[in-house]
Amino acid sequence: MELWYTEEHTPTVRFSIKVESQLVNVRSQFQHICVFESEEFGRFLTLDGLMMLTERDEFIYHEMIVHVPMAVNPSARRVLIIGGGDGGTVRELVRYQGIERIDMVDIDEMVVNICREHLPSTSCQLGDHRVHLHFEDGLRFVRGFENAYDLIIVDSTDPFGPGEGLFTREFYGNCFKALSPDGILVNQHENPYYESYSHAMTRAHRRIREIFPIHRVYQAHIPTYPSGHWLFGFASKRRDPLSDLDSTAWSNLKLTTRYYNLNLHTGAFMLPNYVLELLEDAK
Amino acid sequence: MIMRDAENEFSNKRISQESAPLYEALAKYRADRIVPFDVPGHKQGKGAPELAEFLGLKCLSVDVNSMKPLDNLSHPTSVIRDAESLAASAFNADAAFFMIGGTTSAVQAMIMSVCRAGDSVIIPRNVHRSAINAMILCGVNPIYVDPGIHPGLGISLGMAAADVSSAIRDNPGAKAVFVNNPTYYGICPDLARIADMTHAAGMILLADEAHGTHFYFGERLPMPAMAAGADMSSISMHKTGGSLTQSSLLIMRQGRIDPGYVRTIINLTQTTSASYLLMGSLDIARRALSTRGREIFEKACDMAGYARSEVNGIGGYYAFSREIINGGNIADFDVTKLSVNTLGVGLAGIEVYDLLRDDYGIQIEFGDMGNLLAIISVGDTRHNLERLVSSLSEIKRLHGRGELEGLMDHEYIPPIVRLSPREAFYAPRRTLPLSSSEGEISSEFVMCYPPGIPILAPGELITREALDYILYALDRGCLVMGPQDMTLRSLNVVK
Repeated sequence: MELWYTEEHTPTVRFSIKVESQLVNVRSQFQHICVFESEEFGRFLTLDGLMMLTERDEFIYHEMIVHVPMAVNPSARRVLIIGGGDGGTVRELVRYQGIERIDMVDIDEMVVNICREHLPSTSCQLGDHRVHLHFEDGLRFVRGFENAYDLIIVDSTDPFGPGEGLFTREFYGNCFKALSPDGILVNQHENPYYESYSHAMTRAHRRIREIFPIHRVYQAHIPTYPSGHWLFGFASKRRDPLSDLDSTAWSNLKLTTRYYNLNLHTGAFMLPNYVLELLEDAK
Repeated sequence: MIMRDAENEFSNKRISQESAPLYEALAKYRADRIVPFDVPGHKQGKGAPELAEFLGLKCLSVDVNSMKPLDNLSHPTSVIRDAESLAASAFNADAAFFMIGGTTSAVQAMIMSVCRAGDSVIIPRNVHRSAINAMILCGVNPIYVDPGIHPGLGISLGMAAADVSSAIRDNPGAKAVFVNNPTYYGICPDLARIADMTHAAGMILLADEAHGTHFYFGERLPMPAMAAGADMSSISMHKTGGSLTQSSLLIMRQGRIDPGYVRTIINLTQTTSASYLLMGSLDIARRALSTRGREIFEKACDMAGYARSEVNGIGGYYAFSREIINGGNIADFDVTKLSVNTLGVGLAGIEVYDLLRDDYGIQIEFGDMGNLLAIISVGDTRHNLERLVSSLSEIKRLHGRGELEGLMDHEYIPPIVRLSPREAFYAPRRTLPLSSSEGEISSEFVMCYPPGIPILAPGELITREALDYILYALDRGCLVMGPQDMTLRSLNVVK
């Protein structure tokens, strides 16, 4: 007998991983949470049947969502993470000694508890003294702040479930208000290839560009996400991700990374033509 | 229609609120794979592939005509009778009628059931247009009561019991008193006192509960009309109760009115091809409300309360609630109506309404000069409320201005009724420039939002005061509507 996890990337395209065992299968107030053990990708977490992370390739996503903005502003002190219940984003952030406070807001406490138990490789730093966990709706949390954060990272699920509110114009506007004059907003930006995702991507991009004067998109290659080609949004009030890249300061931190490096930083913003066209259409 | 007691007496089985007889009969019809050689011609959707693709075959397969196993709305004897009987019990009424022409048809049936041509009815000036239209249809004369206007919010209120008492004293021959429970904005009159004085004067109490379905299923909600002793009530199940748009209930107490006569009146204007989609949805919604309604509306009250405190926390906006109750023309308030006064952020309600829809993809119920209204009901989620509150916060940040002064000075203009609405409606008419219509009798409506009451209705004398008010309202940017000439440069008057 064989057990396989299958995600439908589109109604006619499937992605499957052979599963050795299922470790978690519960429904929280918000979503269906599963953790599987596999040979190829190690343990992996799914929410409502969609792949969130695997032990083997999560480093790509988490390094790219953290080190890109931190290399543009290595002196960021106050950071807000919306989502990020698996702890991978926190793990990368706590490596920066200059960061004084990290607020992480995830709507689902059960996800965090399950990751703490079953995915120690990502959740290992959630106990850092600078990390403050809040279990509530990110949209509600962020609207209460003004000029409170240097960096906001939106590490959310897709815009078809509990994460929907994190792709809205009101959310980006509330983030703008919560950011310092020097602030940066980074968000996971879906994939450009499959239509249902690319539609969400252009819509999110259009809303961000209406609010932030600087709005760029960068990419990474993540084997277990639909199409393998994933985008991130970089929006800010002042700092440009390329011309304001602080290579010297970041190099001096002497952080070791497996995916991210300073050449790749610049390269990640060089997008394929069809993606540029999609972004152009978002105007 | 069937009386509850009669049903208990004659029916062998006592039907429980857990069952849904009409829905069950429709499900059985579908499962039995009946071959249709009757109307509708789309034949369970097979003949209308585009429609089936759009609405789903499941839906079209029960879009059927009346037949023996599915009963007949104009003369119900089986499953519709049982479903109506269950609805009557659920609403603590003696009889209930499924209405498939919306609450407008229920309001018309109420008035036509108790009045004949030449009779008069005591109604608040902010009555829904359907009531006045019913008066046009059957030749009834309105006796208007000033509902009062909230000085700070600019919304029209409920009738104070004392004002109803004076109207009854001054018009002892009136047939009925008609009340809104609640108004659009959630304002309720003192229904129990009004019921007592109405019945003491030998009149009938009719309630428009288009916005009050949930009152029958809530702990923290205003008193429903049946509990207060009203004789009939029109209920928009589709508004807050979860049935399909256009499906409503007419419910009643037996005694002063005969349910058989009401059925006859309903059949005067009701279609003989009543939609089973609408009727089935009423049966399903009734079952849901009577089995889970308390829980559903407890949650709706909590959500509305939460949203109200979050909106008030933004600053500038005023989401009002029970603190406006004054024991007079605001005897109670429906907390599930999230009404927000926007003048404090320097924006008109209608501006915020437009911004919410155009920039944030949020559709709310209504916006007038000073207020907006969001309905919190069976289908709402905490998550969508967060979006609404966050959007209001953004709108203030991006578009807010200094506080707007009170937009309108609302003086109630007592209407001078010269002809019944029916006489004025059917009389020969001519068109005059608005400015030279003083002293004539209007043959059409002029409505003004705010405060959401008619300045003129058919049959009323066009006074200098009324004309000045219309010009002032237009000048202040109020929404003025009703007349055939939508620019309001001219008005139709009785020749």
